[in-house]
Amino acid sequence: MDYDYVWAILAFTGLVVLLAAWLLISEKLLVNYGQCKVDINGGEEPLVVQGGQSLLSCLYSNKIFIPSACGGKGTCGFCKVTVEAGGGPVLPTEMSYLSRKEVRSNVRLACQVKIREDVSIRIPADLLDVKMFEATVISNVALTSDINEITMKLNEPTEISQREGQYVQVQASSPDGEVFRAYSISSAVYEKNIVELIVRQIPNGIASTYLCEIEAGAKVNFTGPYGEFMLNQDPEVEIVCVAGGSGMAPCKNIIYSVYDKWPDRTIWFFFGCRTTKDVFYMDEFNKLAEKFPNLHIVYALSDELTAEEKSSWTGETGYVHLAVDKFIKGDVQRQAFLCGPPLMIDAVTKVLIEKGVKPEDVFYDEF
Amino acid sequence: MPDTSAIVILFAAILTNNILLANFLGMCSFIACSNQINTAVGLGTAVTFVLTMTAMINYGVYYLVLEPLHLEHLQFIVFIAVIAAFVQFVEMFVERFSPKLYFALGIFLPLITVNCAILGASLFMIIRKYNFAQSVGYGFGAGLGWMLAIILMAGLQQKMRYSNVPQPFKGVAIAMIVTCVLAMAFMGFA
Repeated sequence: MDYDYVWAILAFTGLVVLLAAWLLISEKLLVNYGQCKVDINGGEEPLVVQGGQSLLSCLYSNKIFIPSACGGKGTCGFCKVTVEAGGGPVLPTEMSYLSRKEVRSNVRLACQVKIREDVSIRIPADLLDVKMFEATVISNVALTSDINEITMKLNEPTEISQREGQYVQVQASSPDGEVFRAYSISSAVYEKNIVELIVRQIPNGIASTYLCEIEAGAKVNFTGPYGEFMLNQDPEVEIVCVAGGSGMAPCKNIIYSVYDKWPDRTIWFFFGCRTTKDVFYMDEFNKLAEKFPNLHIVYALSDELTAEEKSSWTGETGYVHLAVDKFIKGDVQRQAFLCGPPLMIDAVTKVLIEKGVKPEDVFYDEF
Repeated sequence: MPDTSAIVILFAAILTNNILLANFLGMCSFIACSNQINTAVGLGTAVTFVLTMTAMINYGVYYLVLEPLHLEHLQFIVFIAVIAAFVQFVEMFVERFSPKLYFALGIFLPLITVNCAILGASLFMIIRKYNFAQSVGYGFGAGLGWMLAIILMAGLQQKMRYSNVPQPFKGVAIAMIVTCVLAMAFMGFA
């Protein structure tokens, strides 16, 4: 009787060990796919990887950083790649992130594709240049009550080559493991050693809280650059930038980068926010506009002005798309970059298309 | 219960003694995966298969290992370990030998590890002192019963999408109420 519990422990341990051994042996026998080849964009040298892992993790371990925010759980839908051969059928877990057109053209979520045989995939050539960066925070400045400007110096690699309006994915730790969150780069393209971000703190946000509370000297990891924004290289084409809140970041990047290259190019910059407390960078941009007369800066406040503000505010009032409607005139070829909340994007896109901007010349980033 | 035939137990487990509607076991995946009939069929098939197989294995483990060693009190934890290991094994096996079936069932298999209907059926078969044939019949019947319930529910959910459900009842609340009505309807079989 006294040895009952010893027996119980022994029997249970024995059983669990047996089950574990059974699983390990069957895993060895069943889930061994050997070496598989991953061919990227029809390149000459395919990657040789161990089969059985997900396409996303195999790309990451080979330093190809395709965008992914959830860390391979299949919940963000960012890691889209075209799998031309060897991916197996589309899984139900992917269906909610793929449109019918994408399914027809073999677009898959890389985190859900398991490598069981040789596969050949196609990814945008840009993504092959994406690197993992390690950077040190130089400064973290509060621009408004909830928006911070974080400047980082790159340690490894020491230079970033970005296009205007691209973004990086910052790595942050959460209780569920590492997550990546996208932030547009606000420093201009000619600042090769620096990445500056403009981050709005979201209550309980993992990455935004991490970045907004970060102190100078801290190390940050991110991958990049990503993004489809493609600035028209013809200086005759006018640029329209419309930003709401922290959507300022890509617009600041575009404005500074453009004036570094084409001092006479015309840019209309519209910034929408609620109250005077949410306004930032206005003096900086007004100074820049004095230097470059073809830069037009318009700030618009959407909330009712207080009596005090009425006397001092010289900008626009009302939603930002009304300001766009008021100032954008004439039949000139234009390219637009919009960054802000979905409602703002919709309203501004409608106005711009009425003004004759082609839909394919409107780039936007909703958040 | 040596005198009841396995066939009778099988039909009883499907209708009068439905594991979901009479015992309310396996509710989480029942509520979560009953939006579409296709999904319901897939999950139901997987549950039926695993339920039948684990009933057999757990019968062996109980009467060949636990009872001779007088360790009946370990049945809960041992059954859970057996179910988890078996599901893992089935997942690997199916993935290797029948990719087609894997893509139909594969994503549901991990859900099953935590489905309490599976453990419930194994425990019931011990409590009710079924013999081996009866246990297999009960396991298979319980699985079919669970599948029947989730398919009915999926059909009802598809209808309900077009009906005017009051705002506070939308979602899980109305699903629970409908399940209760369904359970009462099944009492008619008894």
